[in-house]
Amino acid sequence: MIDEKLVQLLTPEGERISHPQYESTLSGDQILGFYRDMVIVRRLCNESTSLQRQGQLALWAPVQGQEGAQIGAGRALEPMDFTFPSYREHGVAWCRGVPPEDMLRIFRAVTTGGWDPQKYRHSVPTVVLGNQALHAVGYAMGVQRDGAEEAVMTFFGDGASSQGDVLESFVWAASFNAPVVFFCQNNQWGISTPSTLQSKVPLYRRAPGFGFPGIRVDGNDVLAVYEVTKRALDNARAGNGPTLIEAYTYRMGAHTTSDDPTRYRVDAEVEVWKHRDPIERVKALLAREYRVKGSTFEEVNAEADLMALKLREDVLAMGPPDPISMFENVYADVHPLIEEGRREMIELGVSGGGR
Amino acid sequence: MATTSMTMAKALNEGLRRALEKDKKVLLMGEDIGKLGGVFRITDGLQKDFGEDRVIDAPLAESAIVGTAVGLAIRGYRTVCEIQFDGFVYPAFDQIVSQVAKLHKRSDGVYTMGLVIRLPFQGGIGAIEHHSESPEAYFAQTAGLRVVSCSTPNDAYWMIQQAVEHDDPIIFCEPKSRYWEKGDVDLDSPPHGLFDSVVRREGEDVTVIGYGSSVKTILRAADTAQSEGRSLEVIDARSLAPLDLGPMITSLEKTGRLVVVQEAPNTASLGSELVATLTERCFYSLRAPGIRVSGYHVPYPPSRIEDAFRPSVERILDAVDRVMGYES
Repeated sequence: MIDEKLVQLLTPEGERISHPQYESTLSGDQILGFYRDMVIVRRLCNESTSLQRQGQLALWAPVQGQEGAQIGAGRALEPMDFTFPSYREHGVAWCRGVPPEDMLRIFRAVTTGGWDPQKYRHSVPTVVLGNQALHAVGYAMGVQRDGAEEAVMTFFGDGASSQGDVLESFVWAASFNAPVVFFCQNNQWGISTPSTLQSKVPLYRRAPGFGFPGIRVDGNDVLAVYEVTKRALDNARAGNGPTLIEAYTYRMGAHTTSDDPTRYRVDAEVEVWKHRDPIERVKALLAREYRVKGSTFEEVNAEADLMALKLREDVLAMGPPDPISMFENVYADVHPLIEEGRREMIELGVSGGGR
Repeated sequence: MATTSMTMAKALNEGLRRALEKDKKVLLMGEDIGKLGGVFRITDGLQKDFGEDRVIDAPLAESAIVGTAVGLAIRGYRTVCEIQFDGFVYPAFDQIVSQVAKLHKRSDGVYTMGLVIRLPFQGGIGAIEHHSESPEAYFAQTAGLRVVSCSTPNDAYWMIQQAVEHDDPIIFCEPKSRYWEKGDVDLDSPPHGLFDSVVRREGEDVTVIGYGSSVKTILRAADTAQSEGRSLEVIDARSLAPLDLGPMITSLEKTGRLVVVQEAPNTASLGSELVATLTERCFYSLRAPGIRVSGYHVPYPPSRIEDAFRPSVERILDAVDRVMGYES
């Protein structure tokens, strides 16, 4: 099922294996850091699912199973790089420094965004599939015109890879040699649609047809994802143009909390992927090769629990915004219909008009 | 006052040239806009003078023209996108409505979507299908967008510059049938604000509102009406979203009669919006219901019969007769 060209540096059992083009450059401390990232993001995801089940979130898009892909990619970025995510990139957002409570604002239905995209150099979520790939290429064209050595990375899934915007972004990136990395998480399922319906060839093989390299990496191997992404970003910054990375992974949970995967996929498949878990293999490596003690893993778990506790408190404290806020930032300049709506809302007593 | 006579096409070209000179962050992007100068030659010579990095020949994909302009806006650039013809804007509709219109809001005001989408619109040039449409209402209804239309070379010269400088995204509708008509352009100062409606001809009996190519047709109708002893006040709406209602209300309080002219079909149109809103605002001044003179509810017809579709002087005068026929 998995292409023989898959880049892997760490097996599901946590054994290092060699690859002709890539080797891990990470220190034990860095690997432990990635482990911590993945544990925290999984904890964040589980807490958010609970919050949704308890009626505290309108929706949640679980990231469980994709932590290796997202942390590996997120940690390969330099601070000045810019990222354009879809709506499931909680691990990438974590790497960019977006506070967990800000990630949940959109799911608490108190905003359509959630954080300052320029502050974290991580754009606001894009819900219409694939739109963000074009924004990334446009931003990268701006980077070129500024003569800056920055790379841009955009995230989308196997489902979105069928969207015209994603394919148009491939054309544009190739034609203008844009410093952009397309990071496709092939998590095998677009809600109920298998990735085999999206593409008759492995997704990474589409790239050469557009004129730039594509590479498939074991998305559950954070070491391999990091190295593959880092090289693609370096290439972009050096003016060598775009790369498509297909991170081969699996969506362990539902598409969102509104979804029921038991209707379209079998347990046996999920079981297979459980053995390819991105976190367990790193834990095995750390314990064996770096003699990381059980107490250290316990400390990481405790830190994740503390984060989850704070996240829960922050979310519960998030009340609905003043209705008058719907009129803010619709336009940059004054607009008569905005003023009219604002006036009416105040007259009706729906809002006191406070900012 | 330095005025010079030029066509609307040349006025747009000169306006874009000034915008490119004034701000290095201004870019143009579109299909065939470089060496060719665009199919209507609006960007003629600009790539030669400002380079391929600023006047960008785009691959043929409208969604990408607008989508990459969004990314460029996030990076601090102001891109003027040329959509080759009105009927080719729909591949970009998703980016315009889902992203261009909403990213300022979604980013809590951090992103500024200062980009212009130029749209040669309306018919009258004898073209084949998809080259003569009036899609302005689709955009006017979307919060976050502004929609304007020029009707004279002077407006074209100034409005395109004002649109480029504005921080909100602007759908800039150009009446392609008027591209080659000449008019005086004042090179020193803009005649009006970008979102102002303007009285083009004063009159007493009926207020007739239009925009784009219809304005000239209405003015011709006003000449004919004059010879028949009827005085039409002609208003060029110019800004379709938001509408500048002030001059329209003042006019209706005087005339009490309203006709709106557009090439788009009636249903859920700018004409409908104008009649409904002005009826709300001027109910006690009105002596007749407002009447719309529009395109018919059919796909834009083959151009050999387009004159029967587009509002003509005769149809405008017929509408004037109808509003005059109501007893006050």
